[in-house]
Amino acid sequence: MEQFTGRVWVLGDDIDTDIIIPTEYLALKTIEDMKQYGFSPLRPELAGQIREGDIIVAGKNFGCGSSREQAPEVIKALGIKCIFAKSFARIFFRNSINNGLLLIEQPDLYDDIKEGDRISVTLGQEVVYQGRKYPIASLPDNLLEIINAGGLVKAMRKRNGLDERP
Amino acid sequence: MGMTIAEKIIALAAGVPEVKAGDIHTVNLDRMMSNDGTTHLTVDMYNNKLKHPRIADAGKMVFIVDHNVPSDSPKTAASQKKMRDFARENGIDFWEGKGVCHQIMMEHYVRPGELIFGADSHTCTYGALGAFGTGVGCTDLLYGMVTGTSWVLVPETIRFNLIGKLPEGVYPRDLMLTIIGEVGANGCNYQVMEFTGDGAHGLSVNDRMVLCNLAVEAGAKTAVFEADDVALEYLKSRGREPKAVFTSDPDAHYVREYTFDLSRIQPVAARPDFVDDVVPAKEVCGVRIDEAFLGSCNNGRIDELRVGASILKGRRVSEHVRFLVVPASQEVYLQALEEGLIQTFMESGAIVMNPNCSVCWGSCQGVIGENEVLISTGTRNFKGRAGHPSSKVYLGSAATVAASAVKGEICTADML
Repeated sequence: MEQFTGRVWVLGDDIDTDIIIPTEYLALKTIEDMKQYGFSPLRPELAGQIREGDIIVAGKNFGCGSSREQAPEVIKALGIKCIFAKSFARIFFRNSINNGLLLIEQPDLYDDIKEGDRISVTLGQEVVYQGRKYPIASLPDNLLEIINAGGLVKAMRKRNGLDERP
Repeated sequence: MGMTIAEKIIALAAGVPEVKAGDIHTVNLDRMMSNDGTTHLTVDMYNNKLKHPRIADAGKMVFIVDHNVPSDSPKTAASQKKMRDFARENGIDFWEGKGVCHQIMMEHYVRPGELIFGADSHTCTYGALGAFGTGVGCTDLLYGMVTGTSWVLVPETIRFNLIGKLPEGVYPRDLMLTIIGEVGANGCNYQVMEFTGDGAHGLSVNDRMVLCNLAVEAGAKTAVFEADDVALEYLKSRGREPKAVFTSDPDAHYVREYTFDLSRIQPVAARPDFVDDVVPAKEVCGVRIDEAFLGSCNNGRIDELRVGASILKGRRVSEHVRFLVVPASQEVYLQALEEGLIQTFMESGAIVMNPNCSVCWGSCQGVIGENEVLISTGTRNFKGRAGHPSSKVYLGSAATVAASAVKGEICTADML
C-alpha cells in the first residue's frame, strides 16, 4: 500500500469550480499560466503558498459547478498530492480521476483537522492525524488503474490499444 | 426488479437486458456535444497525445461555439479557430453564434431514450425530452469521441412527485430553486432526479428544460421526465423520431421520494454565493442592483422573454441598471422579434444581446465590477461567477429579474 505524509490546507464546504479557477483566467494559454490564480476568489494568496506534496482537506461537495477540466488540472499543477473531502461533486470527481488527481472521501477528518498540520496516509486503509486513525476506502479497480497510469489518456493505451505519444 | 427511465436508457446503451444502481457499464454514446469552453483542450489532446488518433463516428459529434460569442480577445479567437478548423476537417456538425449549446441541442438533436455526453455541466437539460444527458470533462469527451463509448456508474434515482399547478406569477424556475433549496447543493449527488406526477405532465417542454437544466446545482448526474405526449409532440414538430420511449416500472427502485405541491410554490431567490441558499423573494426585496440579466440555457427561451416583456411593457429600466436581455438561440430571437418582444425590451431601455452564454458564465458580456450586484436568470451565483470576486449574484425568475430591473432594486412583479 502506498504511504505518504503531507502538510494540510483546509477549505470549507461547496468549494466550486469558479473558486478553483475563475472564468476570466480560462483563456490563458496553459495550466502553468493559470495555476497562480487557483482559489483566488476565496484565498488569493493560497496558490503561492501551496508546495509540492501538500494535501487539501475540505467539507462537503468539493468541486461543484462547471465541467471545466482546468479545475483539477490547476490543483494538480500546484502540486497537491490528494484531496480529502466529506463528499465530491461528480463531474469534478470524474475529471480528477481522468487527470490522475487522487480524491478520497472521509467523513470525519475535516471536523478535526487544523490547517498547517501534517497527516500520514496509507492508501486504501487509513489517515493518521495526531495519533487518531481515520479509515479510508479503496477506490474501485477501474479508477485506480486510471490514476496509476497518470490519467485517462495515458490509461487508454493499455485499455484500448490506442497508442500514445511518449 | 423493475427499472427506472434512467436505468432503461443505460441498459439500452450498454446492450444488456437489465442494469441496477451501482453497476459499472460500458455504454455506446448516442451523441456528444462540446462547446468553446473546453473543446480546444480536447483538440490539443487529440492532436498531441495520441499517436494514431481517429474519430469513432463524426456523425455523433456536435461542436457549438456559445460561451464567448463573438470572440472577445485574440486568445478566444485562436481557441475558437482551432475548434472550427477541427470540426471542418473531420466532418463534425458545427454551430457558431446560433445559440446556447443546450438550446441548440434541444432544438435540433436530442431524442428520447438517447444517452448523451456533453462537455458542459448543464447537459442534464436533455432529460426534458426523456433522454439521459450528463456533463463530463474534456478528457471523457475525448475518450468518447475516439472510442464511441464510455463507462458509467448506474446512478440511483430519486422520485420527485409534482402535483397540481403553479399559481399565477410563479414559474418553473421558482419551483426548481425551491427544490434545490430543500435538497441542498449536493442533495442529489451522483443521482438522477426523476420528475413525475400530474404536475410534471402538465409542464411544457420549455418548463421541463428549466427544471432539468438546474439538476446539476443539486449535484445530480442528470434529471429526466417521461417522454409523454407533450414531449413527443415537440419532437414531431421538429421532424424527429424517438430512439426509445421509456416509462419507469411500477416496481422500480427509488432511493428517496419527495412530493411538491406546485400550488404552494412562491417566488423565490437564491442569495449569493450558493444556489441552495434559497429564500422567499420578498426577503431580499430592497437590495439595490447594478445589473439584471434575462437569458441563459436555463431561462432565455420564448416563455421567459414573454414574461419579461409583459413586465417591461410601458415601463422603463431604472437609470442606474444595465438590463441585459439575451435570447437563448436565434430561433428564440426571431420568434421574439415576430411577437414584438424585442421592440418592447429596447423601448424600455434594455440592452438586447446576441444569443450566447453572456454574463451567466462571467466572461465576454456584462461582467460586473467590484462590489456590484446582479440579479440573474442564469444558472449559478457562485462567488465571483459573474465578475469581480467581491460582486454578488442573486438568482430569480424572469418576472423577478424584469421587475427588479425597473425598480432598480430587487422586487417581485406584484410590487411594481
